[in-house]
Amino acid sequence: MLFTTYEFILFVLVLFVLFYIIPKRFQWMLLLLASYVFYSFAGLGYLAYILATTLTTYFASQRIGLLRDNQEEYLKVNKEALSREERKAYKARIKKRQKMWLVLCMVFNFGILAVLKYSDFVILNIKSVFDLLKIENNMPLFGFVLPLGISFYTFQTMSYIIDVYRDKNPYEKNVFKLALFISFFPQLIQGPINRFDDLKETLFGEKSFDSKAISFGLQRILWGFFKKLVVADRLLVAVNTIIRNPEGYQGVYVLVGMFFYAIQLYADFTGGIDIAIGVAELFGVRLRENFERPYFSKSITEYWRRWHITLGAWFREYMFFPISVSKSMLNLSKKCRKLFGDAIGKRIPVYIASIVVWFTTGVWHGAAWNFIVWGLLNCLVILVSQECIPLYNRFHNRFNVQNTFWYRLFQVARTFWLMSFLRTLDCYRNVSTTFRMYGTVFTKWNWNELFNGGLLGLGLNISDYIVLILAVFIILYVSLKSRSFSFREQLATKPLTVRYLSYFILIISILIFGAYGVGYDSSQFIYSQF
Amino acid sequence: MEQVLEILQGLHPEIDFETCNTLIDDKIIDSFDIVTLISDLSEEFDVTIPVEEIIPENFNSAKAIYALIERLLEDE
Repeated sequence: MLFTTYEFILFVLVLFVLFYIIPKRFQWMLLLLASYVFYSFAGLGYLAYILATTLTTYFASQRIGLLRDNQEEYLKVNKEALSREERKAYKARIKKRQKMWLVLCMVFNFGILAVLKYSDFVILNIKSVFDLLKIENNMPLFGFVLPLGISFYTFQTMSYIIDVYRDKNPYEKNVFKLALFISFFPQLIQGPINRFDDLKETLFGEKSFDSKAISFGLQRILWGFFKKLVVADRLLVAVNTIIRNPEGYQGVYVLVGMFFYAIQLYADFTGGIDIAIGVAELFGVRLRENFERPYFSKSITEYWRRWHITLGAWFREYMFFPISVSKSMLNLSKKCRKLFGDAIGKRIPVYIASIVVWFTTGVWHGAAWNFIVWGLLNCLVILVSQECIPLYNRFHNRFNVQNTFWYRLFQVARTFWLMSFLRTLDCYRNVSTTFRMYGTVFTKWNWNELFNGGLLGLGLNISDYIVLILAVFIILYVSLKSRSFSFREQLATKPLTVRYLSYFILIISILIFGAYGVGYDSSQFIYSQF
Repeated sequence: MEQVLEILQGLHPEIDFETCNTLIDDKIIDSFDIVTLISDLSEEFDVTIPVEEIIPENFNSAKAIYALIERLLEDE
């Protein structure tokens, strides 16, 4: 059941009514039931995977938590009897056992994800190597169907168990509450990836009917639908025309596809997240924000702090730091400092951790080489930018342009184009085709075609372009203005008629200008496929 | 405290680390800086900084970093 279907709207409507009429202590249970109903629409078989993740994580977190409880009790009772060394040794023993449960849980759950998502990719690559060496092979492919949202809920669940191990949050004793945290339906398909500590209060708390919060939620949902149906699904037609026919659309069309895809992906993903956050708000649940005007970033590092924030934070906290500040990494760095000098030795932990993180970010998005190359190219650009900081500083000291509007605009445009350029790998889904298409930008000079009917041959007519331009300007305006004030707070101060009129205009514009019907496909959110 | 300030100055000479207490909140030091910082602090003080201690409160100021080192040394 996708966010953009009538079934989903009906589902939320029925749930909303039930949620506010049942006794408050049953509200979170209703959300759990609804989440499982929602998930079963994707296929009953998928429930087995999410149940396996929930139960194994629950069991492991109980073991880790109980070990900690017992340790505290033991140390309290034997406070006087134990020496400092004995206490340390006891704590180390407990930590080792906790780590064993953590590792078991992670291996099992990441194992499910790895087998389902990557086994065919690995087999295909082994087959290619065998073919290259002319060795006969007939390894069969598994053809697993990936359960909906598995990459998202696995990461969210693993953040919970790691935080329990790190003693950042207490372990949840109620298995049904943990099940709700893992399966809460608005965030299940494409995030945001939430933390247990952030979510538990609003997810399990008792909620009264709060008209302001509910109207805020509705506004957010409408805004999400506007982005998805008016912009993303309309642009999808043109993007598909270009990328599905690489022989016919080269040169300037590659740049057009790149630019259109940047807007489409933004509208699609942020729209989906707006709907998820808005739906959660209807039930008094606050999800984490996932974007902070990413296309206004002045550098690629800043961009990755502002785009898909919850995934970036996950990789930083649970992969980048654990690798880069691990004992073995610091020892390696120490050795390299002695061998190659301070400059190189210091960089080792950062470089190795970055490469591992970006490789994983790539494969998280999909089991294909285009995603791996995309991830590693992002890593390369970030590391090169990092190395260029002294150069930038010298330039900024020499020319005092850093705080001028035009220089900032140049930085924003540079970052936007660089990110769009890398993202083309995601578009064509094939590394060699993507690079060949990049090449045609320089070798095939067909700019004149664009305004001689070329743009109108991409599946969009004049009125589509007018709608798109207006819609993108509205999104841009709202994005710029929301830096200094909240549109929703402003609207809440207006008279009732103004508020209802603005809802009405937004609904009508979605209904009239939304991309429906023949040639349009709103069946998928891009990130729901990851 | 002097050693912490010296390490921080090595990372960003332009910042007044004695007064600044929003190093993370204002994104003055980023994840790459934190890794270098932890590597330098571990060597200077011969202390292990566990990954769960990498939270903004522990790295927002030179004072907070020093307090973290003192606490970890005490625990060891």
